Amino acid sequence: MSENQFFVDSDKLSEKALEKKHRLENDPSVRSNFMEYQDGMEQISSDVMEKVLSQMDAYDYSSYIEADVKRALMHETCSVEDFKALLSPAAAPYLEQMAQRAKIETSKHFGNTVYFFTPLYIANYCENYCIYCGFNCYNDIVRKQLTEEEIEHEMQVIADSGIEEILILTGESKAMSSVEYIGNACKMAKKYFKNIGLEIYPVNSDDYAYLHACGADYITVFQETYYAPKYETLHLMGHKRVFPYRFEAQERALMGGMRGVGFSALLGLADFRKDALATALHAYYLQRKYPHAEFSLSCPRLRPIVNNEKINPLDVHEKELCQILCAYRIFLPFIGITVSSREQKHFRDGIVKIAATKVSAGVSTGIGDHEEKYTGQQQNEAGDEQFEIADNRSFDQMYGDISAEGLQPVLNDYIYV
Amino acid sequence: MNTQDTFVLGGKEFHSRFILGSGKYSMDLIKAAVEYAKAEIITLAVRRTNTKKEENILDYIPKNVTLLPNTSGARDAKEAVRIARMSRELGCGDFVKVEIMRDSKYLLPDNSETIKATEMLAKEGFVVLPYMYPDLYAARDLVNAGAAAVMPLASPIGSNKGLATKEFIQILVDEIDLPIIVDAGIGRPSQACEAMEMGAAAIMANTAIATAGDIPTMAKAFGNAIEAGRQAYLAGLGRVLERGASASDPLTGFLRD
Repeated sequence: MSENQFFVDSDKLSEKALEKKHRLENDPSVRSNFMEYQDGMEQISSDVMEKVLSQMDAYDYSSYIEADVKRALMHETCSVEDFKALLSPAAAPYLEQMAQRAKIETSKHFGNTVYFFTPLYIANYCENYCIYCGFNCYNDIVRKQLTEEEIEHEMQVIADSGIEEILILTGESKAMSSVEYIGNACKMAKKYFKNIGLEIYPVNSDDYAYLHACGADYITVFQETYYAPKYETLHLMGHKRVFPYRFEAQERALMGGMRGVGFSALLGLADFRKDALATALHAYYLQRKYPHAEFSLSCPRLRPIVNNEKINPLDVHEKELCQILCAYRIFLPFIGITVSSREQKHFRDGIVKIAATKVSAGVSTGIGDHEEKYTGQQQNEAGDEQFEIADNRSFDQMYGDISAEGLQPVLNDYIYV
Repeated sequence: MNTQDTFVLGGKEFHSRFILGSGKYSMDLIKAAVEYAKAEIITLAVRRTNTKKEENILDYIPKNVTLLPNTSGARDAKEAVRIARMSRELGCGDFVKVEIMRDSKYLLPDNSETIKATEMLAKEGFVVLPYMYPDLYAARDLVNAGAAAVMPLASPIGSNKGLATKEFIQILVDEIDLPIIVDAGIGRPSQACEAMEMGAAAIMANTAIATAGDIPTMAKAFGNAIEAGRQAYLAGLGRVLERGASASDPLTGFLRD
């Protein structure tokens, strides 16, 4: 399999910075131990990571044959073994049958509803060097952090469009975007939105409790890849380098009182079948431990970033992505599945009829450019985007398109108590 | 045949024994339920009340229909009480369906928290309809807590599996002096009919109609099935032969003195 070429050198970096960057990239011995918690990182006692990783390590998808797939599709309840068969290459010829089964499960649990949300990036400062990400600290992009006034303005613009659920995102810099700063954004969001989710750097359970008190109720953390040796080569510096602390973020969020948590691997970074297995099992084992909580899975594929437009999801084509999502739905029929604007219109319109339950609308992954995007009015300098989006439809367009597919858009199905 | 066959909830008289659930939400569904299944009660998830300004669900519900807000999203009694109060503040009236779930996978109701919430809400003057797992002791506790009806589930919500808890619902019908409204899991009109034959006071359904190919026709089918089941119940079902045919010569014919 070919690989993405992630390394890009900016000519704005000093010689010293460049030298450090190259050392991190080329000499594993200078990187910190990625399995070791850093100072201030809470360690919880949990067996979920062990369970997920041992299943993933033992998963040999080439050992499954068509009979396993047929059996899995016949079973009323999909076991972990069945799920493994559905993710295997042997299931590829059964994609249509899987889609039909997934559609039945989706409609049993969600009817014909599709939930809408929009992401709001409030800062793109980052202390990590994750080599595939547009926000990485060595990437030469326009950095910006919104002031409270700017955040409020963005929220007004978004709320005026009709959106009722917001996902607040930051780059991963606790120094620039503190927990208090994010908490204040949540307090403001409470005025404009019914449902507030966060996709920020992982924090300790007491910080999650604080953010929950500020109004946030959902935490999404992407593990990017569950395959530890690969993780180590992609996250070269910063707190994100610590694999177990990131893995345990959802559990700490639930300990802090959040209603729900979201998971994903970034497909295209490593072996996607193993990553898809681990993502679903991560949710599966946590659901068994925290049965009251709500769970959702996302399915981002690698996208081009500023200064590196060649980044692509390699062998995860739309067919593979569809297979993964159908397998998720059949294995975890009650779970939310989110498909972001990393995917194109035709894919999103199709997949909401099969397995997805939530889509983003009116999306910008830049910092402070909603007014420009929504109204065409030029604004002050905006911060650069995290990745290129593939579906530019506005909220109204999405609402119309989804309704035209015979589905029922739902803007809010949530109550903060 | 009694033509004035009504049932009473919270002092209000209802003619239709079909109640539209709220799980899968669509304006077409509400219209079909009212027009074709003659629904007089429509459940409304408080957590979904405000949607796109021009499409507020409340605007689509005819004024002669009674709103039954539910506490979906509550994980314990305290949260259910808070949601019920919010619903009253929103102008949704005094009816409330208590739904408390602590399991996101099966969405099974938590009976003990439901009993607590029922008691608190009944004291605040709500007409409380608790959604529950069909357990006789819990049902008796709900009666004592001040419930206006008891709403046992037929099978896991959204499963369309029909009367999986049939025997236990029958016990509630036989032993509880409140209307028994069968809720959740009814997938076909025939199952709704069967529950009515057993003596249920009403049926709540949603998914079965919401996911049907032709919503209005399915709504009509449910309306008819529920009415048929009710009439069969009122008529007194004929003898059902469980095993084989009965002998025409009595088995006890040999007895002499």
